[in-house]
Amino acid sequence: MSVLVFAELSGGKLKKPAFEAASYASDFAQSQNLPLYALVAGHNVEEGEIKRIGEYGVEKVLYFNHPKLEAFVEPVFAGVLKAAAEQAGARYAVMPQSYNGRAVAPRFSVLWNAALISGVTELARVENGKAVVRRSAYSGKGVETVLSHGERTVFTVKANAYGLKPNPKSVSIESLDFSPAEKDFDALVSKRIEKASDKISLTEADVVVSAGRGMKGPENWGIIEELAETLGAATACSKPVADVHWRPHHEHVGQTGIQIAPNVYIAIGISGAIQHLAGVSASKTIIVINKDAEAPFFKAADYGIVGDAFEVVPELLKAVKAAKN
Amino acid sequence: MNSLICISSVPDTTTKITFDASGKELNKAGVQFVINPYDEFALVRALEFKEKLNTGKVVVISVGEADVDQVLRKALAIGADEAVRIDAAPRDARFVAEQIAAYAEDKNFDLIMGGKESIDFNGSEVMGMVAALLGLPFVSFATRLEINGRIAEIRREIDGGAEVLEGSLPLVLGAQKGMAEWRIPNMRGIMAARTKPLTVVKPVEAKNYTESIKFDLPPAKAGCKYIDPKNVQEVVKVLQEKGVI
Ligand SMILES: Cc1cc2nc3c(=O)[nH]c(=O)nc-3n(C[C@H](O)[C@H](O)[C@H](O)COP(=O)(O)OP(=O)(O)OC[C@H]3O[C@@H](n4cnc5c(N)ncnc54)[C@H](O)[C@@H]3O)c2cc1C
Repeated sequence: MSVLVFAELSGGKLKKPAFEAASYASDFAQSQNLPLYALVAGHNVEEGEIKRIGEYGVEKVLYFNHPKLEAFVEPVFAGVLKAAAEQAGARYAVMPQSYNGRAVAPRFSVLWNAALISGVTELARVENGKAVVRRSAYSGKGVETVLSHGERTVFTVKANAYGLKPNPKSVSIESLDFSPAEKDFDALVSKRIEKASDKISLTEADVVVSAGRGMKGPENWGIIEELAETLGAATACSKPVADVHWRPHHEHVGQTGIQIAPNVYIAIGISGAIQHLAGVSASKTIIVINKDAEAPFFKAADYGIVGDAFEVVPELLKAVKAAKN
Repeated sequence: MNSLICISSVPDTTTKITFDASGKELNKAGVQFVINPYDEFALVRALEFKEKLNTGKVVVISVGEADVDQVLRKALAIGADEAVRIDAAPRDARFVAEQIAAYAEDKNFDLIMGGKESIDFNGSEVMGMVAALLGLPFVSFATRLEINGRIAEIRREIDGGAEVLEGSLPLVLGAQKGMAEWRIPNMRGIMAARTKPLTVVKPVEAKNYTESIKFDLPPAKAGCKYIDPKNVQEVVKVLQEKGVI
């Protein structure tokens, strides 16, 4: 019996989702006294890159190398995950709740005949041989406790919920013995990848600077972007701002947009409607800047500034820059 | 082209979520249930294809007890041709997927779509499982879908960008914003919905994989600490404490 973690690659590199899943899996494996394996699947991934997963408690890597794995092909990855779980003799699998993690987890769970519990926020416990875990539900408005009846269980870990737990180990690499079916590659063909930008991805970002209709128009976003850049933050926005194309759709956070849980969320000129809060209330610290003292967002905030964004934000930017120097 | 659209009945987005004393159930009193917003994007896109091609039908399906009929009627009012309700309380995503797959298995749908997730369980599980059970390709987080003959071009969101994929029908998709605009049913649609078929189907046997034990509210915030707008230095201090700068 063991635990398998999917160390997802993005552009051939291990990134935060992989490290967070590894942190979770290694703590879970330790709590259950089980060996831990990580799956790395890609094409000609450098050994040094693979071994970086060892920084988060992984000692054994199953490496699957295939020329067609530069792109993410969902059914192929589902098959590779199942093969890895079998080679590792796994009972539990842990994966990041990233876009690709969420895309592949359902098929993997069906192929592996496992229970799937997605969006877990805390370490799972095992009671009477069954895993019990808490997960986020109702778009962050609730927390659900789920019991697994599966002989095997797959967990996807909600981004930023568990955090990174450095625990350096030396890594040994074993190759995964598997040949994917050709038809799994052919079902869907990737035509092109459109990069949103080289900016920090919203779901992974540690800090998010978000703005709403209070900014009056797209021409006023310069200061928001500059604050974000200075803080190394990602930018986000409220739904109406994306609806009228002041900002791109992929920045829209909330119940019908992206749900995020950064360390710090700074909301500027956003009223804090219930649908908006649903997507951001899991943020660890919320700082609200709004000129209306009655704005509902203050009820969900840790820190609030009642003031005009057009005065407060430039002052804040100046102060942040000064503090950095 | 025939489409099957999977619909989940969820609390309206404005709902203040509370649970009963046992923590087992959502307090449903006064809660308005609606078509899961992401499922509605899928429904409208399927209707657009039907209108453009002037052929085929759009079937909506939901797994639930009689209380979900109302959202199925709404889907019919928006323009779906037929509704199917699998008569069972949905136990978990796998159970729902097993029901949908069993229904769809021998019906040759060209397109099976639902939302990228439901706004109550947020699992992103059902559509991928349906695809797996039927042995079909699956694309989640689909923001655009074009179909030319049997060839579909799909744009999906990925970490830090988007990817354009091509594949042939039949396909299973999880839709999200960008796929279509929501539609408000008109009077004619509402009238027509009354006479469109809503078939109730018995569930198939399915294994229990997971069990919901209880719900809690997320921990409440300690309260807002106000900072004077003239004293932004205070914010800098907070950011330093949190390790941001
Ligand atoms: C089905 C449905 C789903 C939805 N999903 C989402 C979602 O996912 N995400 C989302 O964000 N919304 C969502 N909404 C919309 C939501 O209800 C609100 O309308 C929206 O969040 C409001 O955006 P806002 O705060 O930017 O704008 P407003 O509500 O107009 O608020 C603007 C705020 O800016 C403040 N302000 C104005 N000028 C200044 C200034 N100079 N300085 C400082 N503050 C200023 C005002 O006091 C006000 O509080 C949804 C709605 C529906 C019906």
